[in-house]
Amino acid sequence: MAANAKSDPASSKNRTTVERTSERELVVTRTFDAPARIVLEAWTTPKLFMRWWAPKSMGMILRSCEMDVRTGGKYRLEFGQDASNSFAFFGRYIEVTPHSRLIWTNEEGDDGAVTTVTFEERGGKTLLVLCELYPSKGALDAAGTGAADAMPEQFGQLDELLVTLT
Amino acid sequence: MVQYSPARLDASFAALSDATRRGVLEQLGRADASITDLAEKFRMTLTGMKKHVGILEQTGLVITKKVGRVRTCRLGSRALEVEAAWIERHRRFWEARFDALDQVVEELKEQEQIHGRKRKE
Repeated sequence: MAANAKSDPASSKNRTTVERTSERELVVTRTFDAPARIVLEAWTTPKLFMRWWAPKSMGMILRSCEMDVRTGGKYRLEFGQDASNSFAFFGRYIEVTPHSRLIWTNEEGDDGAVTTVTFEERGGKTLLVLCELYPSKGALDAAGTGAADAMPEQFGQLDELLVTLT
Repeated sequence: MVQYSPARLDASFAALSDATRRGVLEQLGRADASITDLAEKFRMTLTGMKKHVGILEQTGLVITKKVGRVRTCRLGSRALEVEAAWIERHRRFWEARFDALDQVVEELKEQEQIHGRKRKE
């Protein structure tokens, strides 16, 4: 059964939704066909986390991942092709509630978001809600989306335009 | 998904290459305004502002309507498409991540079924 599900992932794929709920806030939702403890395990185990946080289509390579997943614990992610050409994201977990909620900061710059992820289990499935709260409207407008950001300069102008539209 | 034709993109990029025109869009994002309002706000002549608005209007970024002697400007559907494209870019980014997470989750589920939950017993 599992093999069938895997061979045709498109038909069983759950939808990812994104909504800008305010000038400074982006909310992402996705349902997973598994209990919350399993989704959390994939989220909080570095070896597993590295397999999905930087998927190939994003065009970013996650070189290393350290995470001390407990309230007050730190994390550090290094992206890049090699050591001389890498950049790091880091911050702290400000809340870790087993099987239900993670909140972390992003501290490598002034524009980092506070991210809250809740895992709500219903009938063996998990509704994941991820909320990024940025310090300013401009910070969210400029928020990166991996390889999609490596676009012609003009796309940057389109992004600037967006500052105006929400 | 929002579809762009190359010609429309070129026109949009040209329209957006000017700081005043970007400012006008920002202003119209907050509220509709007359050309006179915009000219005052950006401290330029009525003729100058008409020219900028005309360029934005050609791309569909702005729509104007004349009521009496006043021409009012508002954001066009094209501008809303740009906003939709921004959201879609973010949605694809997270979709790529979460589809990859799905694969990891499926593997963990299978392992758990195979091993039962012996580790915890």
